[in-house]
Amino acid sequence: MIQTYGSKPTRDGFGEGLVELGTKREDIVVLSADLTESTRAVWFKEKFPQRFFSMGVSEQDMMGTAAGLALSGKVVFACTFGAFAAGRAWDQVRVSLAYMKTNVKIVGTHGGISVGEDGPTHQANEEIALMRILPNMTVIVPCDALEAKKATIASASHEGPVYLRLGRSGVPLITKEEDIFEIGRANLLKGGKDVTIIACGMEVYEALCAAEALKKENISARVINLHTIKPIDRDIIIKAAEETGAIVTAEEHTIMGGMGSAVSEVLAQTFPVPMEFIGVQDRFGESGDPKELFKLFGLMPDDIVKAVKKAVSRKNAKN
Amino acid sequence: MTKQPNINELKRIAKEIRIEIVKMLNCAGSGHTGGSLSMVELLVGLYFYKFRCEPDKPLCNTRDIFVLSKGHGCPALYAVLAQMNFFNKEELCTLRKIGTRLQGHPQRGLPGVETSSGSLGQGLSIANGFALGARLNKDPKRIYCLMGDGELDEGQIWEAALTSAHYKLDSVCGIIDYNKFQIDGKIQDVKGLEPLKAKWQAFGWEVFEIDGHNLKEVADAYDKAEKVKGKPSMILGHTVKGKGVSFFENKNKYHGVAPNKEELERALKELELQ
Repeated sequence: MIQTYGSKPTRDGFGEGLVELGTKREDIVVLSADLTESTRAVWFKEKFPQRFFSMGVSEQDMMGTAAGLALSGKVVFACTFGAFAAGRAWDQVRVSLAYMKTNVKIVGTHGGISVGEDGPTHQANEEIALMRILPNMTVIVPCDALEAKKATIASASHEGPVYLRLGRSGVPLITKEEDIFEIGRANLLKGGKDVTIIACGMEVYEALCAAEALKKENISARVINLHTIKPIDRDIIIKAAEETGAIVTAEEHTIMGGMGSAVSEVLAQTFPVPMEFIGVQDRFGESGDPKELFKLFGLMPDDIVKAVKKAVSRKNAKN
Repeated sequence: MTKQPNINELKRIAKEIRIEIVKMLNCAGSGHTGGSLSMVELLVGLYFYKFRCEPDKPLCNTRDIFVLSKGHGCPALYAVLAQMNFFNKEELCTLRKIGTRLQGHPQRGLPGVETSSGSLGQGLSIANGFALGARLNKDPKRIYCLMGDGELDEGQIWEAALTSAHYKLDSVCGIIDYNKFQIDGKIQDVKGLEPLKAKWQAFGWEVFEIDGHNLKEVADAYDKAEKVKGKPSMILGHTVKGKGVSFFENKNKYHGVAPNKEELERALKELELQ
């Protein structure tokens, strides 16, 4: 059994972390592009109205304004949905944030298809890719609300632009207070020797469920929470490939250019092993209940189990 | 007491800046001639009269902020910064060459260059951010942002225009180098901007419409803009693309083309006589 402690959206963890930061640090400033309630930036706004600026539905302007504030010595959190942060404002993120290395934390909530009913325009399935290809950018995808809170606080102390990818829907709490969160250092959640499942965000819980199911079939799966996509923890990935010989990545994002691609970039150059990719295929999202969408898009533990078996059989065929 | 601008001295500097611009562009072999020459007085009137900075301490707390939103006009900015001793004039001839701090479009890090730019339309938002930051820091900074006219096609400019007015950012002073051309041709043919003054007024800005080559008008406009309270101000400077060299003026061919050796010699001859 996987131990969980209730369920909460990662955006809530962000909102809590932001309030904690606001209490401790005078230099925290928050901008929101008319999604203050949805991104949970509202919790900061209520406590620190002087350090909150409403930007209206102007994501591009928000990124530029954030850059100017950051160059004035502030640590700025710019909040909107991931689809708009990376899609609408990508060039501003590229030039005004990444190129200038401004100390702005881009908060993209509503990542992935777990957005649900709002449908494809609001489901960010591409932003991990869009953000990680930018030089100087750090990309973090927390797996639960507690990790999101820690990631928020850690981001504020990290110099330079960060993209924080958060979700709308509740996700089981699987990490504990005492677990260490360090940007760039992945967490080993479960040991295993036959295969490694590397997951991020909501897929971490699904990966743990898959590992449980695999146990019954005598497949010992290692599970890694790769919460930081960039800078990527090369060591833990290479070690997993060397020791288990097969890798399955699982992410709530297109399999093209996202976390799985980042892992494969590391392994192709170091220790190539059979790999399978769980994620959104080459298609847009759609409206529906998040759980049903996870089934439709093949992001469930069953899907991971199938991918694991495929990877393991490829490994065995090779040996 | 307001200090008085020394117009003759400013004119002399503007001429020197133009000479440096054409030399630098010729040396680089590429770059934006027309839009660099059109913005000279707008820059000279600012930097050599109004602007607070310490070239030997480029990041000092008491400095004003200048954001070059039309990044392609950077040869003019580089020439001004070198003239003010932010860096050595000899560095100007490294423009656009490998390893240079004088990138083809400005890069933050060169002393005096506050922001990287080149992708149009981003400067005014950054200026607003500086203004909000200064407000939070209780710092009496003034923030200047120079934009091109073609650049006003970008939607982000108008998003930012709303923000400046909404937050009553009276420390923000926008400047438009209204030289009436963009890459594809005359502004009025590519995508008309008129009535431009009325647009900015409607967006809640105090607008000062001036001859952007008349240094008295330029200096006065900066003085007046400083006195505006409760709203941002905009200096709408009517300029001539390629100003100062007869065969560059209003010749849009020189938007993104540098003078060759022969053109440089002719240009220098003309400029020396001014």
